[in-house]
Amino acid sequence: MKKLLTVSVLGLAIAAASSAQARNYDHVRIGVDVPYEPMEYRTADGELTGFDIDLGNALCDQIGITCEWIEQEWDGIIPGLMSRNYDAIMSSMTINDERRQQVLFSAPYITMPSAWFAPSSFDITEANEETLAGKTIGVQRGTLQDNYVTDNFNSVASISRYSTADDMVLDMQAQRLDIVFLDFPIGQSTLLNNDDTEYVVIGERISEPKEYFGDGFGIAFRQRDEALAEKFNEALAELKDDGTYDEIFERYFGEE
Amino acid sequence: MCGYKNVTTSALGGNEMLDISAWFNDLLAGNLIFTPTTLGYYWEGLVTTTQLVFLSLIAGLVLAVPLAIMRSSKHKWISLPIYFYTYVFRGTPLLIQLYIIYYGVVFIDGIQETFLWPLLREAFYPALLAFTLNTAAYTTEIFRGAIKTTSKGEIEAARAYGMSDSLMMRRIILPSAFRRALPAYGNEVIFMLHASAIASVVTLMDLTGAARFVYARFYAPFEAFLFVAAIYLCLTFAILYFFRFLEKKLLAHLRPQTN
Amino acid sequence: MLDLQGYGPRLIEGAGVTLQLAVLSLILAIVLGLLTATAKMSRNWLLHRTATVYTTVIRGVPDLVLMMLLFFGGQIGVNAISDMLYDNYNIDIYINFNAFAAGVITIGFIFGAYMGETFRGAFMAVDNGQIEAGKAYGMSSALVFRRIRFPQMMRHALPGLSNNWMVLLKTTALVSVIGLTDMVRVAAEASRATHEPFVFLLPVAAVYLLIASVSEWIFVRLQKRYDIGFGGQ
Repeated sequence: MKKLLTVSVLGLAIAAASSAQARNYDHVRIGVDVPYEPMEYRTADGELTGFDIDLGNALCDQIGITCEWIEQEWDGIIPGLMSRNYDAIMSSMTINDERRQQVLFSAPYITMPSAWFAPSSFDITEANEETLAGKTIGVQRGTLQDNYVTDNFNSVASISRYSTADDMVLDMQAQRLDIVFLDFPIGQSTLLNNDDTEYVVIGERISEPKEYFGDGFGIAFRQRDEALAEKFNEALAELKDDGTYDEIFERYFGEE
Repeated sequence: MCGYKNVTTSALGGNEMLDISAWFNDLLAGNLIFTPTTLGYYWEGLVTTTQLVFLSLIAGLVLAVPLAIMRSSKHKWISLPIYFYTYVFRGTPLLIQLYIIYYGVVFIDGIQETFLWPLLREAFYPALLAFTLNTAAYTTEIFRGAIKTTSKGEIEAARAYGMSDSLMMRRIILPSAFRRALPAYGNEVIFMLHASAIASVVTLMDLTGAARFVYARFYAPFEAFLFVAAIYLCLTFAILYFFRFLEKKLLAHLRPQTN
Repeated sequence: MLDLQGYGPRLIEGAGVTLQLAVLSLILAIVLGLLTATAKMSRNWLLHRTATVYTTVIRGVPDLVLMMLLFFGGQIGVNAISDMLYDNYNIDIYINFNAFAAGVITIGFIFGAYMGETFRGAFMAVDNGQIEAGKAYGMSSALVFRRIRFPQMMRHALPGLSNNWMVLLKTTALVSVIGLTDMVRVAAEASRATHEPFVFLLPVAAVYLLIASVSEWIFVRLQKRYDIGFGGQ
């Protein structure tokens, strides 16, 4: 009886942990946290799209491999890479030292500032310790914005952390939050596009200090997959040369 | 973990204070995750969890007593609605109840203009409301069970004294039911402590919220969650021993006599 | 009629995930529970201790925390093993620890501890005389287990089992927090997108009530079956 039980437990465990196979990079699985408009989101008919998605697919074409996108929430996205749920992360991930200890980054493929967004009724011109005193700030958990806000405003303001950017926008609309701190294009497309007068950007776009805001967005790989990262770097350089990169950029951000 | 407290309290004599902070800094030196800052988050989390659980238990208890009496009523029109309430709240996940209350209140038209909004705006109060309604449902059923098992003899004795129904409820049935409900209620308290972990889903920085924060910032699941698990374990044991102690005091008359 | 605004199919799919998750975890929990109960009653000191630590720790920590620990930490643990294989033996495999499997293992592991307590109590309640009688008939201990201990134990275990199942069912809702698309997650997502929480969350709550009611009915029937010969105690 006992033996039977042991065997069945083992069987279940193996069936669950299943599909051990040799790695083969003809096919690369890329982890992405959706939605994060306009970097990665779904259109009304459910199709995955966005700057990262288009660029990622173009990179795979250039290298001559197939890509598969795997959705993963942000706060589990690096552990998911480590555990080989996917082979790369292309999800608006800022390159910084903290993450470099965990993963291997490609060259930066885009640079994005962060910015404060608030309802237009929130009458301030600059976000600092004085104007935010006693306010509620929304950030996405585990992002560099979270780190920045936590280290700079934790003593004066209360910070609400969300699993997804969607949750945060909803609570902003519900008036639970006074202000949110986001990647600029994300806030622009989710908050400003709905109604131009309801929300405003407070102050300048922020990309300093580098300690928090890093060196732009990069594709993350497992430390030992140097060869794969190198292929992506080469492909990125080629796409920048032949104009494909600019074309994709204009598709989402217009000409800047 | 549990022993850690003893170390500090026993050493808290006069000028030994300095030694402790030195010892504490030594302990944290070279540790990237458990800095005084992150420990501060865990502490805040402990405070939030304790407040949430304690307040919801008190409010739930206050609600449960009249509900349990109504639930034990002979009149169907009184007992049925209460049964419906406890059935729904015990039969569905607390997470759904929390979502319904947290997201639900926001979309009631004009709620933002009412005097309730300053409360409902914070994540704490919707969570407290959900937890209270949930624990009240379980506690009602626990009390009802205890009221139902009141011995016939006690009731007959009360009647023989000419007690009215309400006096009998107050003097005889409730006091003995409370005692009988104690072990089951102790389990409910532990259950509530554990259930409160979902508060982090609606942005509350409770103990689990603190652990999730540390995990997301340092990508260190083992450190973040094992540490918080140890804290919960200590809390669970504290509650367990507290109720054992209460049972010993209050249920002494039910134990077999030794002499 | 209820307008689910196109989320209907995904909600039904999510309900399927919830139900599969619950049933598979229940099976794993029962298996683990039987093992734990056996270990707890064993005279072997190590087995006994291990089982006690397992049931105490699991029952002292919130499900959600254990789930996050096993789900996030388990992945890294598995990863460490395959890294070790790669570095030392140049064996390059990856083990895919998908969210559903992680959910089943985690919930099964948690409720195995509760089941262990239920089964232990139930085994103890089986009259020793019955077991001795079986042995006297020359039955092997496997046969005694199958014919005497197990059926009688089930009679005592059913109320606890039924209770554990109800709690387990509700616990499955937590997998939505760690990223598995069950019906709670679909409903939460839909209510955020449409700003109509009641339209999606209330039906999902009703589905939980429905599953609970149906299983209650099944357990009552089972109890009647196992009570045969005991005057319907």
